[in-house]
Amino acid sequence: MTASPTIDPPFLEVRGLKKNFGGFVALKDIDLKVPRGKFVCFLGPSGCGKTTLLRAIAGLDPQDEGTILIGGRDVSHAPPSDRDFGIVFQSYALFPNLTVAKNVGYGLVNRARPRREIEERVNDLLALVGLPDQGSKFPGQLSGGQQQRIALARALATSPGLLLLDEPLSALDAKVRIRLRAEMRTLQQRLRVTTIMVTHDQEEALAMADRIVVMNHGVIEQVGTPEEIYRRPATPFVADFVGHMTFLDAVVTGPRSVKVGSLDFVVAEDAGAPVGAAVRLALRPEAVQTRGVAPDALNRFEAKVGGLSFLGAFCRAHLTPVAGGSAPIAADISANAMRDLGISEGEVRAVAFPPEALRVFADARP
Amino acid sequence: MSGAVEAMPAVSPRAAATRRFAISETQVAGLMIAAVAAVLVLIIALPLWALLSKSLQSVDGRFVGLQNFVTYASTPTLMASLVNSVWVAGLATAIVIPIAFVYAYALTRSRMPLKSVFTAAALLPIFAPSLLSALALIYLFGNQGMLRSWMMGASLYGPIGIIAAEALYSFPHALLILTTALSLSDGRLREAADAMGTTRRRIFWTITLPGARYGLVSAAFVVFTLVITDFGIPKVIGGQFDVLATDAYRQVVGQQNFPMGAVVGIVLLLPAVAAFFVDRRAQKRQTALLSARAVPYEPKPDRQRDAALFLFSALVALAIVATYAVAAWGSFVRYWPYNLSLTFANYDFAEVEPTGWGGYSNSLKLAGLTAVLGTTLVFVGAYLIEKIKPYRALRGFAHFLAMLPMAVPGLVLGLGYVFFFNASWNPLNVFYGTLTVLVINTVAHYYTVAHITALTSLKQLDHEFEAVSASLKRPFWTLFGRVTAPICAPAILDIAVYMFVNAMTTVSAVIFLYGADTKLASISIVHMDEAGAVASAAAMGTVIMATAIGVKVLHVALTALVFGRLQRWRRR
Repeated sequence: MTASPTIDPPFLEVRGLKKNFGGFVALKDIDLKVPRGKFVCFLGPSGCGKTTLLRAIAGLDPQDEGTILIGGRDVSHAPPSDRDFGIVFQSYALFPNLTVAKNVGYGLVNRARPRREIEERVNDLLALVGLPDQGSKFPGQLSGGQQQRIALARALATSPGLLLLDEPLSALDAKVRIRLRAEMRTLQQRLRVTTIMVTHDQEEALAMADRIVVMNHGVIEQVGTPEEIYRRPATPFVADFVGHMTFLDAVVTGPRSVKVGSLDFVVAEDAGAPVGAAVRLALRPEAVQTRGVAPDALNRFEAKVGGLSFLGAFCRAHLTPVAGGSAPIAADISANAMRDLGISEGEVRAVAFPPEALRVFADARP
Repeated sequence: MSGAVEAMPAVSPRAAATRRFAISETQVAGLMIAAVAAVLVLIIALPLWALLSKSLQSVDGRFVGLQNFVTYASTPTLMASLVNSVWVAGLATAIVIPIAFVYAYALTRSRMPLKSVFTAAALLPIFAPSLLSALALIYLFGNQGMLRSWMMGASLYGPIGIIAAEALYSFPHALLILTTALSLSDGRLREAADAMGTTRRRIFWTITLPGARYGLVSAAFVVFTLVITDFGIPKVIGGQFDVLATDAYRQVVGQQNFPMGAVVGIVLLLPAVAAFFVDRRAQKRQTALLSARAVPYEPKPDRQRDAALFLFSALVALAIVATYAVAAWGSFVRYWPYNLSLTFANYDFAEVEPTGWGGYSNSLKLAGLTAVLGTTLVFVGAYLIEKIKPYRALRGFAHFLAMLPMAVPGLVLGLGYVFFFNASWNPLNVFYGTLTVLVINTVAHYYTVAHITALTSLKQLDHEFEAVSASLKRPFWTLFGRVTAPICAPAILDIAVYMFVNAMTTVSAVIFLYGADTKLASISIVHMDEAGAVASAAAMGTVIMATAIGVKVLHVALTALVFGRLQRWRRR
């Protein structure tokens, strides 16, 4: 699986990576290419292998088998100090007994530079992360968000070719997290440093990444741009993990049609299964059309509105087709629509599934 | 600078220059771990092996299987010592544990005043050689004792004296374990019980006691082991009452019957090994009791309970302090108990002991060297074991060796050293009787507690420091010097003081190992007491105690003053 069809050789390339912890398979034959200058997120639930993969790339927990190339150089067996990367951990791992300036300058001292040059570089880095004049403080005197930025400055100090971020935002408050998300993204684009971030937060991955690598049970499920991942999930797992997804049991009735209970649906893509095969039909709650449903609209049906829950900007409803034969379908109705249409619990309305929003997955369940 | 740069492509002339150092950082770490493991094999594993193999040999060195153990079991006098040791240690344990438990309860679960004073008083015995408590009891209840009438005709010299002195000496060890066990309990449980209207008696039996159960078992084993392996007290106050520890001494030093000494050593090893495993089990369970969400228990004031516990603690503390104070007082008295005028004459050790004050300066040298070398070895070793990733098997082996001395009483380790360092085949036997062997023996003897202290403090550091440092291309020793050691400075100082104090007070291991020029202060106490110079023995004991307390006070002051400044970063 490749990140993108680029002509340039990838900056980071992973081939056939395997890692076991005792009997547990953490990484199962991972292949991956990361183009130079891109921001890539490893996304997946805990235990999916994303951190293991990051640590293998860093050389912190070496793989059992496989090859890792950074900048075209085989570093599969090189120690971490030999791999040209900067890293930010969830805990930041700032040295508490050193000042902010000494933390940032930690990696600069042994490079035979005059002291003044190092000081300048440290000041530049602190300015870069928006914390000038904080150099003489100790990490313990800074807020979580500030500490995170210092850790970033320290990781960037040696101008590494690769920046590794291991859940760098998950220890922060929601508000700070969203602000730093944007700041880090801007910084990465300015510096054009190839970046890999591990996260379990799909929203974070969607907001920040050029490419998302979705992982589960030690394998890569899908690689793609945020939009590809969200709109065209390659597997039910990706569909379910990224955003909210309703799955309906369906039977293939034609090349582009399926049946759920007694309802027929047209799908935009080839069902990829023979007529009569059991499949799973998936769609996102926000894709359910609730307003302005034309009488002759495709995939139109009558449904009873139930289980309304208020979620701020929108309401989530559970629609039960009047015709029956389907599990309740989650639908997000915007606050505007709620007000304009006066939707209420128990009412029966006409709704529709736009064909291009429907995905068909083979039924892999036992 | 770092050899690790060597493997990089020649990105700069500097990298090419460092290519000459053909050894990588990882290899340096591996060599250092191997070196630590080798040292531990030499100072811990090999002496123990010497002890075990010696017990299976005849006096002239032939392998005789279990013959020595058969001989031991069929010699009535030796078996009598075993029986004596077991019941004396058992009784001392039965006395110490309940008292220490109530004392610990008072310190952790009441609002009585002066808790820090009570803690300090209870820890006093740690700063003195074990036999000083015996000397003090002789002053009070011995043949010329002030309170001899309290004995109602019974003799102090024998089991009574041993048990009383051992109880005093082992009290702080039990107390430390029990206060930890009692302070490690979840306050929420108490609150829940209170909310349900549970009676206090029921709370005690259903929450407090079960919570401290493992601490109690652990403390009981520790006290039993301390008492059964202690040499100083039975030597001074035991009279004709033989115990295992004095038997071992007599077999080895008196009769030069090394195999039989080894057998006694192995018999002494058994309770300590059992205690070691019980303690490990107990610790595992104890931590499992405490969830991350546990809230420390804050006792509420309760007049009646606090007053009763205060009274009890005051009596116990007074008994401890008074005993050691009597020893100190006695050392200044001209002729106990007939002429109580004060004098420094007893401190003129040259009068009664050929080495005079030399023993004291030897002890200082030993304690200083042990503190410096031991702390360095322990902390560097613990760092490599805890923080270096590769060489898992070797690190595990080194850790096992580091934990081993916990299960080996000083007397047994001392015997192992005699057999190992005194052996004619061993090129290291040139060190026998020198300060070198005393230092390494003392380091080995107290290795485990120091090792655990170091590990505990290292485990508190973010375990990604090494990864960050490596990503910034700085070797682990830079991180160690700039970050790890400075942050762990308080723990390092704790270890150094622990090593120093124990090296000052120990008798049991070094009694077999000193030479003519390296007699220690604690050993000269034994000899002066043997020669009948009880006042001088008490004087030497007092000097040791004063030194150890002085170092501890210095430690506290240093921690408060210097670290207040150096560790400015700890403040928010």
